[in-house]
Amino acid sequence: MANDIIYIDVEKSMFTSNGKLKLTIKTIIHPGELIALFGESGAGKTTLLRILAGLVKPDKGIVKFGNTVWFDSDKHINISPQARNISLMFQDYALFPNMTVEQNILFAQPEKDVKKVTELLAIFGLMEFRKQKTNGLSGGQKQRVALARAMARKPQLLLLDEPLSAIDYEMRTLLQNEIAQAHQLSDITTIIVSHDLNEVFRLATQVICIENGSIIRSGKPDDVFSDNRISGKVQITGIIARIEKQDTINIVTVISGNNQIIKVIAFENDIENLKIGVSVMVYTKAFNPVIRKLSNV
Amino acid sequence: MDAAFLQTLWVTLKLAVSTTAILIIIGLPIAYWLAYSRYTIKPFIEALVSMPMVLPPSVIGYYMLVIYSPRNWFGAWLSNVFDIRLAFSFEGVLIASVIFSLPFMVQPLQNGLRSLPESLREASYTLGKSKSVTFFRVLVPNIKPSLITAIALTFAHSIGEFGVVLMIGGNMPGQTRVASIAIYDEVQSLNFATANRYAFILFAVSFVLLVTIYSVNKKQDVWRMI
Repeated sequence: MANDIIYIDVEKSMFTSNGKLKLTIKTIIHPGELIALFGESGAGKTTLLRILAGLVKPDKGIVKFGNTVWFDSDKHINISPQARNISLMFQDYALFPNMTVEQNILFAQPEKDVKKVTELLAIFGLMEFRKQKTNGLSGGQKQRVALARAMARKPQLLLLDEPLSAIDYEMRTLLQNEIAQAHQLSDITTIIVSHDLNEVFRLATQVICIENGSIIRSGKPDDVFSDNRISGKVQITGIIARIEKQDTINIVTVISGNNQIIKVIAFENDIENLKIGVSVMVYTKAFNPVIRKLSNV
Repeated sequence: MDAAFLQTLWVTLKLAVSTTAILIIIGLPIAYWLAYSRYTIKPFIEALVSMPMVLPPSVIGYYMLVIYSPRNWFGAWLSNVFDIRLAFSFEGVLIASVIFSLPFMVQPLQNGLRSLPESLREASYTLGKSKSVTFFRVLVPNIKPSLITAIALTFAHSIGEFGVVLMIGGNMPGQTRVASIAIYDEVQSLNFATANRYAFILFAVSFVLLVTIYSVNKKQDVWRMI
């Protein structure tokens, strides 16, 4: 039964900070994929994750994992989170403060296996913290414990809710590698909620873009985010940090994923849909970029 | 110390320990239900649980006497089927004391559970753990300060109980005569030395209990937990 196709066709009315929103999701997730749910906050990504986990009940629809029905509003089926064999890694990690790192992982195991716990502790570089309570750990360490705990459950589906949002850039790169490694090791279907484009490109085999409660695009990250009409040779993704108006033009400052600052000249009609905080792609059109080795590197 | 003095202290201690033990067992599930359920009747149950905090003890004592009376169906049923009479007995006082101290156990526990992040409970569920495993291994161990506060407050409230015990139990040595009633009785008999000893013991025990509560909750505002 491991790694079956997940079929989702659900509707859910929800209240977000931007008001009422209807989440309408219909999609199929193939086994072994690492799916990124991408979109702005309040778009419904986390709610979809919680619906899959069984923590939120959709208003109507069907959720199927292989041949197992997890939710069916017509037949009044709603399998409890306990019976779904999933692991959800929460945004706040939800580590149990009364337990040590080791006990947190032991708790998640369906059957106690201390050898396996030691193995997980070693993979995630947590050996020296095994007897420590989780409250004193740093954000990155907590994230690794949460990931190790989620793996210890041996889930059929691993759900990660913005796991790296509170971590600085360097640590984030390191932890992204760990998530990728964990996915490769186990081949578990993994769904990660993210609004970091860089993360999506690094990790995901498939991306589902959600906007205002609906899927607007899905596919491979390259296909989804690269506009095929663009024949550009340089494509950099980033987030708009500033838009300055100067006479007839605007200077848009974009910060890329690795904190590079890019300034782009834009005309009024170019910035119509742009505002600070929006994810964008900066690309070249008409010239050939030059490449050379950086001196002193 | 004379035998009567020790006997009164023993009855007081027995009543407080039994009340607290029974309330831990029934208070935890009630607090859990109140913390997480969304039924419309919840405010009514919450109000009922908290009633002893606002009602005069004599009102509760009066109602308990009415319920215990063999003239009413419950009292009659107890008397006919089990040959038990609760009025003016230790067991009768114990039941009343449990009801009277209920909010002191339930409210700190309920507030403790509510203050835990929802994700702890959800994480345990998604890791495949049942509601009872989650409750005893994740939730209760993480509300230890609330649990200690609840136990200490219940205990302190039970040893200080006066009105309800007097209404239901009277002043029967070895049965229902507790320290607070003994103080009143000794003062009435102008026996100030004995009254003083009882008073000092109650003062010291209550003081130690409150110091315990404040020490375990150093970082938290105790009155917000009640």
